[in-house]
This record gives sequence, C-alpha cells and structure tokens, in this order.
Amino acid sequence: MADPEIKSYEPHHESQSAAVTESRPVRAVLMAVAFAFLGVFLLLPLIVVFNEALAKGVGAYTEALSSPDTRSAIRLTLLVAAISVPLNIVFGISAAWAIAKFEFKGKAFLTTLIDLPFSVSPVISGLVYVLLFGAQGLLGGWLKAHGIVILFAVPGIVLATVFVTFPFVARELIPLMQEQGNGDEEAALSLGANGWQTFWYVTLPNVKWGLLYGVLLCNARAMGEFGAVSVVSGHIRGLTNTMPLHVEILYNEYNAVGAFAVASLLAGLALVTLVLKTLLEMRYGAEIAATRGH
Amino acid sequence: MTTAPAQAGWRFRQPSVIPGFGLTLGFSLAYLTLIILIPLSGLVWRSAALGWTDFWAIVADRRTINALEISFGTAFAAAAVNVVFGTLVAWVLVRYRFPGRRIVDAMVDLPFALPTAVAGIALTTLYAPNGWIGKLLMPLGIKVAYTPLGIVIALVFIGLPFVVRTVQPIMEEIDKEVEEAAATLGASRFQIITRILFPGLAPAIVTGFSLAFARGVGEYGSVIFIAGNLPFKSEIAPLLIVIRLEEYNYPAATAIAAIMLALSFLMLLVINLVQSWSRKRYG
Repeated sequence: MADPEIKSYEPHHESQSAAVTESRPVRAVLMAVAFAFLGVFLLLPLIVVFNEALAKGVGAYTEALSSPDTRSAIRLTLLVAAISVPLNIVFGISAAWAIAKFEFKGKAFLTTLIDLPFSVSPVISGLVYVLLFGAQGLLGGWLKAHGIVILFAVPGIVLATVFVTFPFVARELIPLMQEQGNGDEEAALSLGANGWQTFWYVTLPNVKWGLLYGVLLCNARAMGEFGAVSVVSGHIRGLTNTMPLHVEILYNEYNAVGAFAVASLLAGLALVTLVLKTLLEMRYGAEIAATRGH
Repeated sequence: MTTAPAQAGWRFRQPSVIPGFGLTLGFSLAYLTLIILIPLSGLVWRSAALGWTDFWAIVADRRTINALEISFGTAFAAAAVNVVFGTLVAWVLVRYRFPGRRIVDAMVDLPFALPTAVAGIALTTLYAPNGWIGKLLMPLGIKVAYTPLGIVIALVFIGLPFVVRTVQPIMEEIDKEVEEAAATLGASRFQIITRILFPGLAPAIVTGFSLAFARGVGEYGSVIFIAGNLPFKSEIAPLLIVIRLEEYNYPAATAIAAIMLALSFLMLLVINLVQSWSRKRYG
C-alpha cells in the first residue's frame, strides 16, 4: 500500500510534460467518464436506498423499524455476527501464527484452502450444510434421533455465516505477520517470556490494526450475508430471519418503505465500515497488510 | 524468518524456537476440516453417489443448461465491462489529483461492504420502468429490470472493486522513468500507453477479470431481485439450486452445484494458464 506521506510529495501533473500524461481535454473526458460510471453504479443505488426508506416520511420510517419482526431480525443478525466473527478471529489468529511463524510442508496448499470459501457461490455454501444436516442429509437421521436442530435454526445460520466469512481475518493477518518476521518474538522468548506472554504482549500489539481491519470486513460480510443464510434459514419470521432476509420478505410483500428502512440500516453499516476502513488505511497503512478489498 | 541450519533428510517443519506450532496448526486444521472440508466433500460425495446417468440427466436438462449459460454469459459480459471501466477508474485514481479523491477511492469498495440484498433491491428500483434510470431508458426501448441485461448490471456493481483493486496497486508501481524515457525517444502518448503501460498491466487486468467473473458466476443476492427469474430466460444457476432445494429435489440441487463448482475451477485453471502465458509474453 502506498504511504500517503510519500504520495503528497509527488509532483503535480500540471507541471509535467504532455508526453507522460494525457492532454488536459483527454484527462477531463477520462475523469468525466469514470465519475459518471461510479455515480451511476455506486452512488445512485446508495441514494435510492435512503430515498425510498424516507419516501413516506420519517414517521413511516421509524414505524417500519420498530415492528416486532424487524426488531427480531436485527437481534438475530447481531447475535449471528457476535458468534461467528469471534470464531473466525480465533481461527484467523491461530492459522496466521502457524503459517507465518513456521516453515512446514504443505503451507502453500493450506493457504489456498483457507481462501476456498471465496470461490464458492454463497448458495453452495448453504447447500453443503443442507446436504449434511437436512432431513435427507448425511447426519439428518442421527440429529433427529437426538433432538438436535441445526438447519432452519440459529446454529445453521451461524455455520453458513462462518463458512462465508472464514478467510477474512486469516488472509489479512497471514501476509502481515509474514512481513513482520519472527525477530520480536525471538527476542521476547530469549528474555524469558513464555509463549502466551509473547503472543499477548509482542505479537498482538504488532498486528492489532491489521486484525481490526480483518474483523471489520469479516463483520460487514457476516451481517450482510444473504445467499448462504437464505438457504439454511427456512425464513421463519421472527425466528430465523436475519436483516438481509427480512429485506427480501418485506420487498416481496411490496412493503417498499419497510424493506428499504431495514436496507438503510445495512447501508449505514456499510458506510461506517468503509469510513473506518479508510481511516485505518490512512493512519496505519504500513501496519496493515497490502491486501486490499475482498 | 527463522533460519535453521540445513538438515539432511525430509522433515515436516523446520526447527524454530517459537512455541505453539502444534496447537495452532492443529486447531486451524481441525476448524478448517469441520467448517469447510467435510461439508464440501459431502457435496462431492453426494453427487458421486448419483451415478453418471442420473447426474448427466440433470445437467443436460434444458433448464439447467439455460441457467448455466445465463450465469456464465452474464458474468462474462459484466466482467468485460468492469475490465474497461475498472481500469479507467483505477487510472483516474492513480494518475490524477482532484479534490475528494480519497472519498472516491473509498467508494470503490462499496460493493464489498454493501449487503447484496440491499444492492439488489436498490438496483431494481433504479432500473424498474418507473425508476430513475429505467424511466430514461424506457423511451429508447431498453428494458433492464427483469431481463438478462439487469443481471449484467447487478454483476457490474458486484465485480467493479475486484478489477480496480487488482489493477490499482500495479499501476501505482509503474516506474514513471520508463514513460519519460519512451517520451524522450519520441514515442507518442498513445504508443506509450499501448506498448509500455498496457503490457505491464495485462496480467493484473486478467486477474481482475477472473476474480470479477468468478464472483459473478456464483452471485445470488443482488441478482435475484433484478433478474425477473423467468425459467430459460433470466434464471441464474444459483437460483435454480435454491428452487430445486425448495422442491426437496436434493439430487438436482447437488448436481447443479457440482457442475458449477467444476466449471468455476476449470475456468480459474484456464485463466491461470492465460495469466502465466501473458506474464511470460509481456513479463
């Protein structure tokens, strides 16, 4: 990632010869096309969400948000994120420790496997759990005999969310910890710290901003996941409906204000995520691995 | 990095003073196996259990083939659009200075952060015949919402950051001196872009294309609202999986998922080959 400090020393393009940049009119046209494209594809959808949510006034908006079904959807989304994000944090730290601090056979393969959920359709991520835990599934009969409910209930939703958000923390921490090397940890150990102390007082402070960055992206996806959760949730109103699923139900019932009111909360979450992400990149760019996006 | 004296013979890991290898690797592998590998191999096992004839009957079904064609076709079109505009956006962000550049730069990640269902209903509202953009396109006879074109629009939204974020860092690394040298040797700006800049960016552009394409093929949330979901016309493969599941037709859902996964991996393989070729060609 480019350091903003260095960037500001770049010469301004106005002072450069025409040969290494485009002429003024060409530049203006390119910028206009790029802005028009971004405006139509990114800005307008965002504006529409808030416009539709407030189409019938603030009263209708707050009323839509205070319906019991909406409230329970918000509670479920928070609960699912509160379970699945910490699980993936523990995994991410553990995987990054094993992969970044040690040299072992099959490391590259393991790193590839961690990224696997990103190349699987969300619908398939949900489907695999239906095949495993569903009534006709491999473990379906056993689960039923023991009275354990996973599918069409909170555990299934959590599992599907964990699946789709699986790589976020790990793929942020692995390159960062690899880049930082083992020097600090070896020094701490040679001074008598034990393994846990080394991790807690040396490694964790070194990677805290990168970790926060990964958690931010993981959380945004966990709260917003639709496809995978849709397959395993069963869409029981008030019980297994997360916010994105509730948006779909309200929208299909032609309750535009309701759907967009819930959507506006999710859009707000996305905006907060983007702002925090940008702040982290600006202030701690060097302490965040150079992997941006997805 | 820990450097250990080279030892003769095969060893699983190089010695290190850092503790916790067994614990962290063991936990990571167990978690990976339980959450990802066992469920995914369940899918493979179930589709293998179908037997070749049944599997082929489902995959060769007209509706399945149409859904796959629509998914792969629209994802390809959207990724192609994103290659053009994504590269342009990256260029503007890297090379030009303008007020609010940071905000525009941050905005590019919106599709990563915005839940797909929200994007879906927002785009549908925009492009519906009475929507802000749909209204403008109506007199031109262009219908977007509830047609395959709508699917492409949704996938352009979803895929844009993949292209920009892959191309942008490579663009930032380009050494200005090479351009200056070419310019002093009399190359025109057009020649510099096509013969010097583009070859260096080509592998990144191909990677961005493949990421956007792969994501588009599997995309569900943003598409189902705008697609209209007419069988044979605007029904995507992930939706067909969901429909088969709702019919409790597990074998069909499994087979479509398996063929989707296989096609995606095949595609990524081909793209990887193209990439290594372009790296050698333009290296």
